Amino acid sequence: MNDERQSQPDSRGHFGEFGGSFVSETLMHALDELREAYGRWRLDDEFVQRMDTDLAHYVGRPSPIYYAQRYSEAAGGAKIYLKREDLNHTGAHKINNTMGQGLLAHYMGKQRVIAETGAGQHGVATATVAARLDQSCRVYMGDVDIHRQAINVFRMRLLGAEVSGVSSGSATLKDALNEAMRDWVTNIDDTFYIIGTVAGPHPYPEMVRDFNAVVGREARRQMLQLCDQLPDALVACVGGGSNAIGLFHPFLNDEDVKMFGVEAAGRGLETGEHAASLCAGRPGILHGCRTYLLDDNAGQIRHTHSVSAGLDYPGVGPEHAWLKDSGRADYVSVTDEEALQAFHQLTRLEGIMPALESSHALAYGFKLAASMRPDQRVLINLSGRGDKDVQTVAEIEGLSL
Amino acid sequence: MNQRISARFDTARQSGRKLLIPFITAGDPDPAWTVPVMHALVSAGADLLELGVPFSDPMADGPVIQLASERAIEKNVTLGGVLDMVRLFRQTDSDTPVVLMGYMNPVERYGRTRFPADAADAGVDGLLLVDCPPVERDDLGSAMDEAGLDGICLVAPTTTRDRVKDIAGVARGFIYYVSLKGITGAGQLELPELSEPVKQIREFSDLPVAVGFGIKNAETAVKVAVHADAVVIGSALVEALAEAESSAQACALATAFVAPVRESLDNMG
Repeated sequence: MNDERQSQPDSRGHFGEFGGSFVSETLMHALDELREAYGRWRLDDEFVQRMDTDLAHYVGRPSPIYYAQRYSEAAGGAKIYLKREDLNHTGAHKINNTMGQGLLAHYMGKQRVIAETGAGQHGVATATVAARLDQSCRVYMGDVDIHRQAINVFRMRLLGAEVSGVSSGSATLKDALNEAMRDWVTNIDDTFYIIGTVAGPHPYPEMVRDFNAVVGREARRQMLQLCDQLPDALVACVGGGSNAIGLFHPFLNDEDVKMFGVEAAGRGLETGEHAASLCAGRPGILHGCRTYLLDDNAGQIRHTHSVSAGLDYPGVGPEHAWLKDSGRADYVSVTDEEALQAFHQLTRLEGIMPALESSHALAYGFKLAASMRPDQRVLINLSGRGDKDVQTVAEIEGLSL
Repeated sequence: MNQRISARFDTARQSGRKLLIPFITAGDPDPAWTVPVMHALVSAGADLLELGVPFSDPMADGPVIQLASERAIEKNVTLGGVLDMVRLFRQTDSDTPVVLMGYMNPVERYGRTRFPADAADAGVDGLLLVDCPPVERDDLGSAMDEAGLDGICLVAPTTTRDRVKDIAGVARGFIYYVSLKGITGAGQLELPELSEPVKQIREFSDLPVAVGFGIKNAETAVKVAVHADAVVIGSALVEALAEAESSAQACALATAFVAPVRESLDNMG
């Protein structure tokens, strides 16, 4: 069982019944090429060394673990530790993956990269890497998200990326992903598609996980150094699920470490206005893989809602679907209101302004810690910083900046 | 092997006729007009009909078919509803093959193993699932074979020789060659190279070859038909039908679109 856990997926990208390559024929060869290139470069000394150097000197890794004493005291239970991915260059965990894929594109000789983005963090991280590697870059972003993440849109443009608005469907992350796929099919010869989460066709769920697993590897080592033992529980937010899988994966065989993925309950699961595919969805096929998703009885993908653009997605990475069904990880949800409360609380108690995505993990981690003993430890992935969300929070509170 | 599809291609092969395959999105612009339009297409010279099953996230489709899908979904067109349309069509046309084209999730929700039998029962002859390569078919493949529903396979310009060989091994009915790297309805300045890729398909398969994506009118249809057994016209027709304001008008537009293409194909040297 243990070996099986960390050796997923199989050679065709299946995590149990989930995953796979559900794409049109035009993309099949490109995916084969990508699999082959990734399989080769991930083991190449020069590639690995360059990644390590860039992660240390450009991204600023390792990111610290911070004991949030006042936040812990407010919860009144277990000690709460934060993995500070918010301190990375560009302000979130997303850069771990775009560094890897950008470099892979470079080694494969692709001069053009494209990406989809929801909150804009992945778009910014892609534009950043593209600027540095001198790649031309186009980012697809839903019109709704362009409005609520205006600062990130401008950041991408400053970095030299072209930002294309997507008005089809719900004009959010899922539609941006559709449009990026369409671009990729059309420009397949010279274009590398940098997917920002652990969804999509094989090998993306595996590759994006591997690039983000640096978070969990560091955290495991750091917790042992700091506390002489592993945390009792890990907590991370889940939209597509890349920061969560990055934290969880290196701990999968540590049986005593519980794992909680926190989805966006939006206005409440009972209202139907949420983005909690694992908590309230069922298996189906979206964006190239079999996974849990939110759809209606005719199989049409539902519009989702979350205050956080980065979690506003109707699917989820197939490995999370597998971890849920196998019982290794638990998936829970937190409403907009609870997340906003956590946003304010961490800001005021610790002087750390979290991203609204990460605020979901904080809200659940706080409740969880409150139910635990003082000698226990909860490690929360603080996946990104909240600067980009200041305008959203102000609007909710009726302020105009 | 589906009888209606093979019979249609066999007859055409004997008489040297090039098959014309129009694609329309089921339920667009109005669910009640779809069956009359199907009949109009046949009367105007269509040999096989491709019926698009609307899906909310059509990754392989361009803006024209995306919008058609959105309109149909707004009118509550479901996969089950599409089967009802085919059933109604079959009441007065028992010869023209009908192929459904769509995406995996609606089939998944309907029931992967239940769907093929229901579809065949309604009078559907083939199924082309754009986002389901043969390797992912699983038990859907055997369920289709059992029901006598042809699993139509795509071959693209990016498909390697080895893959063409594998695809030829599992393809049924006909092989659909996607003539360009891109999405449905994409514009192209010149006709893509067809002779080599079609030759490669024929090397591994005796099935007829249909070519689609980017064919807009009689002129491009004729150029494509030189190499292929059949041509598929989709987005341009869907766009024309979108203008219709009544069933009769939709039928007239369908006829006006297809008849000249038929005529040009028949007059090929």
